[in-house]
Amino acid sequence: MSNVRQRAGLLTPAMAVIGVLLVLPLGLMAFVSTLERGRDGGVIWSRHTLDAYVQFLFERDLMDNLVLNTDYLQIFARSIGLATTTAVLTLVIAFPIALWMAFQPPQRRTFLLFVVTVPFWTNLLVRNYAWILLLRNGGVFDRLAQSTGLTHEPLNVLYSPLATGIGLVYSFLPFMILPIYVSLEKLDRRLIEAAFDLGANRWHALTRIILPLSMPGIVGGFILVFVPCLGAFVTPALLGGGKSLMIGSLIQQQFGQSRNWPFGAALAFVLLALIVFALVLHGLRYRRLAGRLT
Amino acid sequence: MTRAGDLWRFPGTRAAAFAVLAYLYLPIIVLVVLSFNASDSSLARWEGFSTHWYAVAAADGNMVHSIEISLTVACIATMIGTVVATLAALATSRTRFRGQIAVEAFLALPLVVPDIVAAIAILLFFVMVGIGLGVSSLVLAHTVFTIPIAYLPIRARLEGLDPALAEAAADLYASPWQSLRRIILPLIWPGILSGAMLAFIGSLGDVVVSYFISGPGSTTLPVYVFSMVRMGVTPTVNAVSTLLIAASASLLTLSYLLGRRFN
Repeated sequence: MSNVRQRAGLLTPAMAVIGVLLVLPLGLMAFVSTLERGRDGGVIWSRHTLDAYVQFLFERDLMDNLVLNTDYLQIFARSIGLATTTAVLTLVIAFPIALWMAFQPPQRRTFLLFVVTVPFWTNLLVRNYAWILLLRNGGVFDRLAQSTGLTHEPLNVLYSPLATGIGLVYSFLPFMILPIYVSLEKLDRRLIEAAFDLGANRWHALTRIILPLSMPGIVGGFILVFVPCLGAFVTPALLGGGKSLMIGSLIQQQFGQSRNWPFGAALAFVLLALIVFALVLHGLRYRRLAGRLT
Repeated sequence: MTRAGDLWRFPGTRAAAFAVLAYLYLPIIVLVVLSFNASDSSLARWEGFSTHWYAVAAADGNMVHSIEISLTVACIATMIGTVVATLAALATSRTRFRGQIAVEAFLALPLVVPDIVAAIAILLFFVMVGIGLGVSSLVLAHTVFTIPIAYLPIRARLEGLDPALAEAAADLYASPWQSLRRIILPLIWPGILSGAMLAFIGSLGDVVVSYFISGPGSTTLPVYVFSMVRMGVTPTVNAVSTLLIAASASLLTLSYLLGRRFN
């Protein structure tokens, strides 16, 4: 199998499918973002304009002057904030369990890994829907709170940014547990033993040895949570109730009610650029971790 | 490591781990339990065990049709994706070549691009090329995402092979093709099977991409459920969701058992 031509032949189908059905469309999307919007949806293929990008930052006032409009920037900022918060929260929740898992006997480790991945592979829609049942007024938590006398009013958690946050943390938690676990499991145990031998207590071993050495996993997990969170569409739509718009819902709107394809394409392109920027920041480290994940 | 074993136990992590596991499973368990609730509102009031809502779901013609669409798309996309991914994994494993990092990054691209971005890009592509939205467009789009999902476990399995086996086959005058068919494929088939199962789960679970590119009459189950849930909560959704959970959980368990048996 060392033959170069043979290798090229084996790789061609996969690269052709991804190239034609993903990379080419992404290029097309960038192209569409520079087109003029069609009168009743669609685009005019022959007319180029930067209107979509102008619309992202400005609006026209009554005198037809361009005025800075921060509405869309606010939606992006809100999404970035929510994605960051989600990543930090998942990190706090994931680290202890990853640490515990990594120090279990090998046989049990494989089993625990399986137990953690089952929810991860459970349909995203189903997982979010389950939270509707828990959070809605008259739902499980609401009844629990009222019957224990904790509160006498409805919880009113569902269809709020809080519910979106809960759903995002829940959805992406395995993305954080797995890479941290992988880096902790690969960690050279002798380093920790050496720390203990030299009189370190658990806290010092944790903060001076384990935490720094699990940094690649933490960074990888952070990106694996942050990236899909930023483009999340299902969770805000189901749990957020569409009151506070997120990037994903905003993009979807352009292809739904608003019928503004160039603007939708431009928004998606900006989102993609943000993510590419985040990935380039961490370069190959991310790729290495993603490769180890499965 | 009795002494070290004690030291390595970080106090509180065990309790935290069990709390996280409970957190991960609680919503799923609640959903499954409620799907058997006889109550006709899906509020959390237990009114006895019943499979009534499964019967209601089965009687919903649109839902049954969407299940058929989902299964058709998932089967075809998984088959194409797994074959293509196996070929690619054969090319990238057990060897290092120039540009390998770039090739692997390219193969991982469908998992890196946010699904909403990929979805609209593919939608625009289909509109421009003139491919009608329907089962075939769904199959094309899903195939893209099954490739990296299937690729990773297959490649992991190939990397774990003892290189001496292929060398021994070559020493005994097996042609590359014979060595592939008689030695390598029989040894990596658990990896291929587990890759295919993950790809199938991935295709069956996809909401975002299917939401944008399923035409009228070719709604997949998740897209159908998505629109139902947006309309409001009905106990039928609990039943269908439970079926989806059962499907992915049993495929995963199978893939886990396979992996344990052959590793």
